[in-house]
Amino acid sequence: MAEAQLQLQHVQVNVAVGEAVRPLLNDISLAVAPGDFVTVLGNNGAGKSTLFNAITGDKPLAGGTVTLAGTDISRLSPEKRARLIARVFQDPKMGTAPRMSVAENLALATRRGARLTLAPRNLRGQLAAFKRLAAETGNGLDAALDKPTEQLSGGQRQALSLLMATMRRPELLLLDEHTAALDPHTSAAIMALTSQIVAREHLTCLMITHQLEDALKYGNRLIVLDAGRIVADYDQAAKAKLTQADLLQYFG
Amino acid sequence: MSLGVSAIGQGLLYGLLGVGLFLTFRILDFPDMTVEGTFPFGAAVAVAAITHGVHPVVATLLAMLAGMLAGLTTGLLSTKGHIPVLLAGILVMTGLFSINLRVMGRANLSLLNQRNLFDNPFLKSLPVYADSVVVGAVVCTVVVALLIAFLNTQLGQGFIAAGDNPTMARSLGINPAHQQVLGLTIGNGLIGLSGGLIAQNNGYADVNMGIGVIVIGLAAIIIGEVVFGQLSLSQRLVATVLGSVLYRFVLLIVLKLGFAPDDLKVISAVVLAVAIAVPQVESRLRIRRVLRNGVTNNG
Repeated sequence: MAEAQLQLQHVQVNVAVGEAVRPLLNDISLAVAPGDFVTVLGNNGAGKSTLFNAITGDKPLAGGTVTLAGTDISRLSPEKRARLIARVFQDPKMGTAPRMSVAENLALATRRGARLTLAPRNLRGQLAAFKRLAAETGNGLDAALDKPTEQLSGGQRQALSLLMATMRRPELLLLDEHTAALDPHTSAAIMALTSQIVAREHLTCLMITHQLEDALKYGNRLIVLDAGRIVADYDQAAKAKLTQADLLQYFG
Repeated sequence: MSLGVSAIGQGLLYGLLGVGLFLTFRILDFPDMTVEGTFPFGAAVAVAAITHGVHPVVATLLAMLAGMLAGLTTGLLSTKGHIPVLLAGILVMTGLFSINLRVMGRANLSLLNQRNLFDNPFLKSLPVYADSVVVGAVVCTVVVALLIAFLNTQLGQGFIAAGDNPTMARSLGINPAHQQVLGLTIGNGLIGLSGGLIAQNNGYADVNMGIGVIVIGLAAIIIGEVVFGQLSLSQRLVATVLGSVLYRFVLLIVLKLGFAPDDLKVISAVVLAVAIAVPQVESRLRIRRVLRNGVTNNG
């Protein structure tokens, strides 16, 4: 196996409950190969979102290390890690700036993790490229480049968030139930777009989902979290044989 | 007639206050109380500098620097000290009251028989009150043009994004705390500048001249929004300056109706309170959300 793209070693995240300390992530070790698309399942409170926050630096580690593309990022601030890691949130409102236009949001994303300077933003020069990119979504985003994102539908916003997360290729893409707030039809469309972009860009990706169907259909590896630990880990071959019934044993 | 000209001049000079407040209140989305201390701080610094023989232009720039320092203090208290920004502003504003007394050495300092920015042959040759219109128009044009240029840079876009959606900004590698300090520094710099210019135009600085200026600034912003409607961000800066001028005319009308100058503050406060309390108006103006942002901790 090639060197892991993402490596978690003995990652510990705790939360203080009064005097006591309760682990949210309990000694998690995980190695994800370059180009792997891992779906992450688990009950509410299992630690899925905490896992993402530990990787992005939004939650401080009580122990362990996070290594991404050969660099130990455990001590980097979330802003520094943004150069390497892109994230799409569950809430479509979280991923875009509501009062800025679609094009302005895209322009910001082209500079994810880069230093902000007093250079002109050069929006006009990038419009043609943005239009082509937005047309890929097939949901009319390309006709809305001038619109503030607060006027977009949830599906358009998530498509935009996805484009913003991937237009500057991240070393790691984190999808945090990014279709959960959408209707089934739109959700399916966003999942198809996700799969297409991840495959084309050979992205390394973790996706939290509550949709067992999506968890089985997409990705080449599946892990299940419970009470802050990884309780199951299926590689591509094992995942292919899984059924929803098999997965249901982990819930309830 | 001359009252109208005076209103335009004062409106433009106070317009800088509105624009400075716009950066924090509208772009970063929180109410900055520092303003009430920054405005007289700028006035005190400008007037004290002039009475100590400093050139009026330099004194005016010092007023701006003083304002920036006050804004920087609020920003650091909020982001490094984790004090909710509304409270941080109140602390700085309160502290500045004593500092302003120290700067002036007394509660009220006159510029009588001192040269100020408005004493030059060209401005003297203009009709009465037109000098403040010219100075106000020039300064507002320069400031608004620079701000529009700034907002269209990469940094400016990051600044807007940090106010619009801090979570998203952070995920793009923009530190919202840095942007908050930046906005407070620039915003209060403009408010200090406004105070310095108003003091020179009025001929004195008074330690109490900051009371209620946040309402003046908010009125400029809100009148600009109500009168001019849907605009781009750059246009809204211009609308705020024009809103400030219109507010001066509103005050003129209120005085003409027979209210005493002493009543102006309560009238302004009531009008603003109604604007915030009436839901139909409120939903357009998004004031409640801004106030909530002011009392939650961040950074």
